Amino acid sequence: MHKVVFDGSVEYVQVMDENGNIDPALFPKEVTDDTILTMYRWMSLLRALDAKTLSLQRQGRAVTYAPSLGEEATQIGSGMAMREQDFFVPNFRQHGVYLVRGFPLDRLITYWRGYEEGTQMPDGFKGFPYIVPVASQMPHASGIAFAQKYKKKDAAVVAYVGDGGTSEGDFYEAMNFSGVFKSPLVAIIENNQWAISVPRSKQSAAVTLAQKGFAAGVKCVQVDGNDVIAVYKTVRDAIANAGDGPTLIECVTYRMSMHTTADDPTKYRDQAEVELWKKRDPVDRIRKYLTSKGLWNESMESKMQEEQLKQVDDAVELSEQFKPDPKSIFENVYSFMPQTLKDEYDDAVSNNFWQG
Amino acid sequence: MKTNMVGAINNALDLAMAENPDVVLLGEDIGKDGGVFRVTDGLQAKYGEGRVMDTPLAESVILGSSIGMAMSGLHPVAEIQFAGFMFMGFGQLINHAARYRSRTRSSRTVPMVVRTPVSGGVRTLEHHSDSPETYYSHIGGLIVVEPATPYDAKGLMIKALHMQDPVVFLEPTKLYRLFKQEIPDEMYEVEIGKANVVSEGSDLSIITYGTMLNIVKDVVEKKKVSADVIDLRTINPLDEKTIIESAKKTGRVIIVHEASLSFGAGAEVAARIAEKAIFELNAPIMRVASASLPYPYPGYENFYIPNALKISKAIDKIMSE
Repeated sequence: MHKVVFDGSVEYVQVMDENGNIDPALFPKEVTDDTILTMYRWMSLLRALDAKTLSLQRQGRAVTYAPSLGEEATQIGSGMAMREQDFFVPNFRQHGVYLVRGFPLDRLITYWRGYEEGTQMPDGFKGFPYIVPVASQMPHASGIAFAQKYKKKDAAVVAYVGDGGTSEGDFYEAMNFSGVFKSPLVAIIENNQWAISVPRSKQSAAVTLAQKGFAAGVKCVQVDGNDVIAVYKTVRDAIANAGDGPTLIECVTYRMSMHTTADDPTKYRDQAEVELWKKRDPVDRIRKYLTSKGLWNESMESKMQEEQLKQVDDAVELSEQFKPDPKSIFENVYSFMPQTLKDEYDDAVSNNFWQG
Repeated sequence: MKTNMVGAINNALDLAMAENPDVVLLGEDIGKDGGVFRVTDGLQAKYGEGRVMDTPLAESVILGSSIGMAMSGLHPVAEIQFAGFMFMGFGQLINHAARYRSRTRSSRTVPMVVRTPVSGGVRTLEHHSDSPETYYSHIGGLIVVEPATPYDAKGLMIKALHMQDPVVFLEPTKLYRLFKQEIPDEMYEVEIGKANVVSEGSDLSIITYGTMLNIVKDVVEKKKVSADVIDLRTINPLDEKTIIESAKKTGRVIIVHEASLSFGAGAEVAARIAEKAIFELNAPIMRVASASLPYPYPGYENFYIPNALKISKAIDKIMSE
């Protein structure tokens, strides 16, 4: 006997095309002109932060930095789709989500300057720290989502992973676990086409990365990740349905800059590809839309850029006022200070090793 | 109650679950089956599938999702079926469970317990007999305990579930049903980070833990030597004070463990004694441990694990110096 026992297909969602034209059938009713202006301002601020942190790194004032240039729509759209009570679990590139969710800008910069105080979550903050080992945050997200359901809270967890991250076992294990327990997880693949120097085509033979959800019995969808409205709508819908279980959303975007400040993309990718994606720039796209609707003009643009530059500069200044205390690395290892660790600390202090 | 280590841990989990609704159990085959060693037997029937969960067969997500649960107000107890399989989730413990508190300046903490059977001597298939305590002790941030008695197993488990730290709870398979002991029915804690001076003597100190404790006790009794026998109980953080005091008192130290010799816990204990008490020793510090090689197949394990004769000869040697 032969019969089809499973048949799946992946839908692609785009609300606003590259030229800023809207598909009215898909346009979410609750998105007002103000919403779109807010989205645009966040995306611009993220771009300003990105440029500033990059320049700090080049001056030796920040450590290795992972820019988000080109990925603003995915981060801001999903960040704005979250409700007050929802949590997010990033990898190391979702600076925009931190901004939208109200994380202090100076603290974000403190992380990229190399201090743990930068990943100290403010009281009541509904997010988690950057995670560097690729995809290892996904199991945490599945546990956080499980806990929301266990405690009968109306909260979803939005977790981020890159295209390369979907090749990791932890990605699949987390999707599978969340599928079994029907946890309120919204997993976002921020597919920026490049895992350092390895292109999407060498990462997986799967036609879409979204379809990896099928193997875990998880709903899956692909979105134009440079269309902030499509990302917003898709994530918002997934959150609304999170009570029924997880959704996997592949946001198709592009890393317009380097992986981190430690690599040079001209060594491994064709500039023609970058030029192609520049035409799909998520920030230009929404500015075109706003301009065509008479909601935006050049003087508003230059005023906003000036304000955001100052906002970022002030945050850098505030961050650089932070004085690190080596005691803090000893004090936060356990809920108590083991005597053996205290001895090591006292040894350093009494001998003035840190004065050298 | 009179019970073996399996019963003692089961009882500890039962009491902790009754006390705190945020304590949840997860792992492979821990529900209806009660775990392959029956440590969680009856707990799913009592507390329901929502609190005692059979998970998909995936160690990394068992540990990783436990971390997420722990940061969200739950106190998970994850069972990894055998210590050899815990390496599949090693990154979650080392990269994350050990670090979240530190890297968030205590704004995200990981109160969780990871239980796993360790060590050999029971003729199991390969990968079922590892003694991995030093892997988890080398990085700060994890607490590593290994009880050798039913009393300590219950008290350490309850203490672990009253703490806000990630605890790696190593259960020697060989001791699960080896003997029964009278233990209190009610809740009690055994301090973490505190060694137990099992017997006191004046001629030498034998520092041990886990499967080796009973063998050491037998040898000491038979040889009628006057020895401090110290059961570490907690591998990390180490109870340095008890170790150094005993070393200074007796002047002779043998460290005995089943984990292989090189880079084992014995090296750490010996180094600390050398740093703080070397001029008060009458003989070089000795270590008795398994050979520095991967755990062999069961047919060869008796050639690998230290036996009474090896411990006895070490005592003869150190007493002759």
